[in-house]
Amino acid sequence: MNILSLLISALSQGMIYAPMALGVYIAFRILNTPDLTIDGSFVAGMCVCAVVTIAGHPYLALLCGMAVGALAGLLTGLMQTQLRINPILSGILTMTGLYTINFMVLGGQSNLYLQRTAVNSAGAETQVASDTLYKTFRAFLVELTGNKRLDNNLSVLIITAVIVAVVAAVLAVFFHTRTGMAIRATGDNEEMVRSSSINADRSRIFGIMLSNALVAFSGALLCEQQRYADLNFGNGMLVVGLASVIIGQVFFGKRSVTLGIISAVVGSLIYRIILQAAYKIDMPSYAVKLLSAVIVVIALTLPLLKRLVTERRANREEETEA
Amino acid sequence: MSGLSLIGLKKVFEKGTPNAKLALDQVNLEVASGDFITVLGSNGAGKSTLFNAILGKFRLDRGKIILDGEDITRLKDYKRAYNIGCLYQNPLRGTAPNMTIEENLALAYTRKARKSFFAVNKKDSEYFRSLLRELDLGLEDRMKTQMGLLSGGQRQAASLLMATIAEPKLLLLDEHTAALDPATAEKVLDLTKKIIAKRQLTCLMITHNMQSALALGNRTIVMDSGRIVLDVSGAEREQLTVPQLLQRFRENAGKELSADRMLLG
Ligand SMILES: Nc1ncnc2c1ncn2[C@@H]1O[C@H](COP(=O)(O)OP(=O)(O)O)[C@@H](O)[C@H]1O
Ligand SMILES: [Mg+2]
Repeated sequence: MNILSLLISALSQGMIYAPMALGVYIAFRILNTPDLTIDGSFVAGMCVCAVVTIAGHPYLALLCGMAVGALAGLLTGLMQTQLRINPILSGILTMTGLYTINFMVLGGQSNLYLQRTAVNSAGAETQVASDTLYKTFRAFLVELTGNKRLDNNLSVLIITAVIVAVVAAVLAVFFHTRTGMAIRATGDNEEMVRSSSINADRSRIFGIMLSNALVAFSGALLCEQQRYADLNFGNGMLVVGLASVIIGQVFFGKRSVTLGIISAVVGSLIYRIILQAAYKIDMPSYAVKLLSAVIVVIALTLPLLKRLVTERRANREEETEA
Repeated sequence: MSGLSLIGLKKVFEKGTPNAKLALDQVNLEVASGDFITVLGSNGAGKSTLFNAILGKFRLDRGKIILDGEDITRLKDYKRAYNIGCLYQNPLRGTAPNMTIEENLALAYTRKARKSFFAVNKKDSEYFRSLLRELDLGLEDRMKTQMGLLSGGQRQAASLLMATIAEPKLLLLDEHTAALDPATAEKVLDLTKKIIAKRQLTCLMITHNMQSALALGNRTIVMDSGRIVLDVSGAEREQLTVPQLLQRFRENAGKELSADRMLLG
């Protein structure tokens, strides 16, 4: 593969995972609350999407995936606000419970391919690939351009970029509406939100639902793109999302919510480019998680290092003055 | 009947444990609409607990709270906040640091604002600007600045606006100038007086400055061990000096009004 097609492949993956990064951004940066539901809701989005896609409704499948993520978020939110369970534990509980649900959704197996059994003209049973968003869009592009050897990743990139652009724009607008601003304020100073006669519990629950809906939407997109759902795909997804958000922040800082949304998307793209580059130098695929964890640790340590360096410099200056 | 009625409020913290603490003991108080009451009492007397009871931060063991004719005893805290503004000692409590001044005000105004798609809109912003101008701190030109970048005094002044922006039926001030340096504290207190007078607010203000407790407002109450032990207003209060106040407290409470944090002058 040449560099360009590698880049296109990385960007297409980055776009598919971008809603997940946005979900992580909402949970960790806007609501300021760690949420471990994310690993579970990503897979839930995948599984539900797979089943509905196989049933012949690839677009509805994306919405259903999103809805199941919102539902998972609702459970975590209720545990956090109504049962007063610690946020991290709430997320772990939902995630753990979801494993069983996801297993059941997949019909008691650990993965499911997007295909159905059909009988061909000769009367033999064959497996027919289900229609997906990506299959349909590629066919449309091929017809439009007349190029039968069109890079599949390019078509994935184009349609996903359009979807992500719409999602990001809607989010940017939403976080400036009254409901959206209340969610931001709840993460910033919950007491002040209550003092302003706004139901902070409801804002928080809604924020967690939105976050997990986005994460599950990523799972659904990935399911349609790779044509299968896998029960164990979510492990460490949260760290991947965090890495993307943090990388994005390096470029855009922490200023406004709109910039934050853009930076999560860009962070997801850059993260996938880094991974692609690592694969290129023969990093085995199982090393991905370690790499992600290391990126997050380094990024989280940077502020501390920065402070140490400035303090040391200040100390040295004091010494030379004395 | 308008105003605030507190009827037989009782609260024991950590009930049933060796640490049980009677924090409110049969508190009765009738606050007339337009009253500006200053609240005195030594540390641990139950002043903040009284405010928290009114704000709905915990369930009372006994008693009733009636605000403007409505029984709010069982109302959730955020629902009471529709009509009650509050301000604490810590200037950080009242504002969201990562949001702009304008957004903070818009959030506080949400309860009374006209419906609009965007939280920050031109019409409201003009109103906020005029309110900020009255503070005379130059904040009207910094509406897009993040709240976290302001000084403690500026943030407390902004919190004051936020607490009063929705024209509350009751304003509670819990030592809201105690954490500020003297000059800033005076400035914020001046603003407080101005806003209370302009909006004709009913207000309870906890302070540990006895002099200003007697000088401000139209009525002073003193708390001790969860009870109101002194309640003066009208001509009686106008005559009252700080030494006389201490004397009256000694007679009623059977002990000295501890002056550890209390400023006599
Ligand atoms: N949430 C709480 N849990 C247990 N004890 C409390 C709580 N809040 C206040 N208290 C106790 O109630 C008493 C009154 O406190 P407070 O109302 O804060 O006094 P102050 O008059 O100084 O504002 C104190 O002894 C305090 O320790
Ligand atoms: Mg107090």
